[in-house]
Amino acid sequence: MRTVILTLALLTLAGCSSAGWYVVDPTTTRGWNNLTFMLSGAYYTILLSVTAISISIVIGLLVALPGLSKNIWWRRFNRTYVEIVRAVPVLVLILYIYYGLPAMSDAITLSVFWSGVIALALSDSAFQAEIFRGGIQSIARGQYEAAQSISLNYRDTMRFVILPQAIRRILPALGNQLVYMLKMSSLVSVIGMQELTRKANELSVTEYRPLEIYTVLVLEYLVLILIVSYFVRRLERRLQASEV
Amino acid sequence: MTDQAAPVIEMRGVSKFFGDFQALKSVDLQVARGERVVVCGPSGSGKSTLIRCINRLEEHESGEIIVEGTTLSDDPASLDKIRGAVGMVFQQFNLFPHLTVRENLTLGPRRVLGLSEAEADARAMTYLERVRIPDQADKLPRQLSGGQQQRVAIARSLCMESRILLFDEPTSALDPEMIAEVLEVMTELATSGMTMIVVTHEMGFARKVADKMVFMDQGEVVEVGPPEQVFTAPKSKRFATFLNQILNH
Ligand SMILES: Nc1ncnc2c1ncn2[C@@H]1O[C@H](COP(=O)(O)OP(=O)(O)O)[C@@H](O)[C@H]1O
Ligand SMILES: [Mg+2]
Repeated sequence: MRTVILTLALLTLAGCSSAGWYVVDPTTTRGWNNLTFMLSGAYYTILLSVTAISISIVIGLLVALPGLSKNIWWRRFNRTYVEIVRAVPVLVLILYIYYGLPAMSDAITLSVFWSGVIALALSDSAFQAEIFRGGIQSIARGQYEAAQSISLNYRDTMRFVILPQAIRRILPALGNQLVYMLKMSSLVSVIGMQELTRKANELSVTEYRPLEIYTVLVLEYLVLILIVSYFVRRLERRLQASEV
Repeated sequence: MTDQAAPVIEMRGVSKFFGDFQALKSVDLQVARGERVVVCGPSGSGKSTLIRCINRLEEHESGEIIVEGTTLSDDPASLDKIRGAVGMVFQQFNLFPHLTVRENLTLGPRRVLGLSEAEADARAMTYLERVRIPDQADKLPRQLSGGQQQRVAIARSLCMESRILLFDEPTSALDPEMIAEVLEVMTELATSGMTMIVVTHEMGFARKVADKMVFMDQGEVVEVGPPEQVFTAPKSKRFATFLNQILNH
């Protein structure tokens, strides 16, 4: 909370000299309209981020598991995927998928939203894969042996024994990824996604008040991320109640 | 199943390597149905490795392990069959820490044996009563004492209706005052006719319960025999020395 107030104060001071705050003053009709216009971008920022992270968690897990295999080819598949995907900048991936892929074949037409989701999810999945691999590796060998000694198969061992424990341990890292994702989603504005950053850009062009508008934009991300952090921490505490 | 006279576990010339190090050197061992075998020997002599090979937590490189007539091999069906017959109790309990006692006990019966929730639950309660902690069913493992946790681990194996139980130093991680309660449960199991292989240094338990003592040293089975015989007149010098050390403190 102190962070918010401090940032607010600093930014306000910075902006005072130019005195253009009327563009985002909620007491005037114009300011109110501008603010609601900007805030409406939150819908897509959240939708993009949540959809993308859900997909990237699934891909991440599917890539992490072969990384733990005894078979060297499975492990190589894991390494190759992680190294390649991690090396591509998110913005490049967005441009590649939105402009590049359709040029490859007429059959591929992706909406702005899904191009963004796929790019964000792919990019994040490499990090998720590493997080899951680390989390699963941190579970003691005795847990696998106990599962084997009661004849659980691989799938049930993962599902009922290993993953529930691993996920508790990686929850802080998953929370971090969600924060990254919320910020990364701003890049999808370049292909026209009407999320927070795009809305601010558009408004800034019509209002010629970049300082005030981008200040509000910064605050929007700040508040969004503080809310997310709060819920992640609450979830952590709840799960810790049943932790070892 | 197999006829009564044939051994339920037969190990013939079993060798196990960790890299260049040979942890088991052509071990032979036979266990009859209902027999209680106590394995002892100095630390690092291969006791854990021996029993872990029986349910394939370790893979042996050569020799044969036959459990209830099924030869242990890479064939998943044979492994399933053997793991279904053999349960294991670990030194560190290895309970699932995120699951309650009840869930620890019902997971296998539900997922592996296909029991309904009610059936699995009834079975869990039966065996919790047998290890005398029915009142702890809804606690998490960490809320229990070490002795209670180990008894839950025993009940978890019993819930799978294993016919053979392997124990790897089940009381070594316990505070002295809790050893007795676990040994008591194990003694009861022994009298119920369960086939048991127990790695332990509890010689009092061995004298009382064992049909057969196995002494291991440096990856070899050095001496095998009924306790009254091996305790009073050990044939090998190594076993005599070991017994001296362990009984005199
Ligand atoms: N996973 C392993 N990797 C390498 N060496 C091992 C492994 N497990 C056991 N050993 C070695 O094999 C020998 C026998 O170990 P173990 O069967 O655990 O002995 P014990 O249970 O009698 O103390 C020891 O020297 C030990 O260091
Ligand atoms: Mg051992």
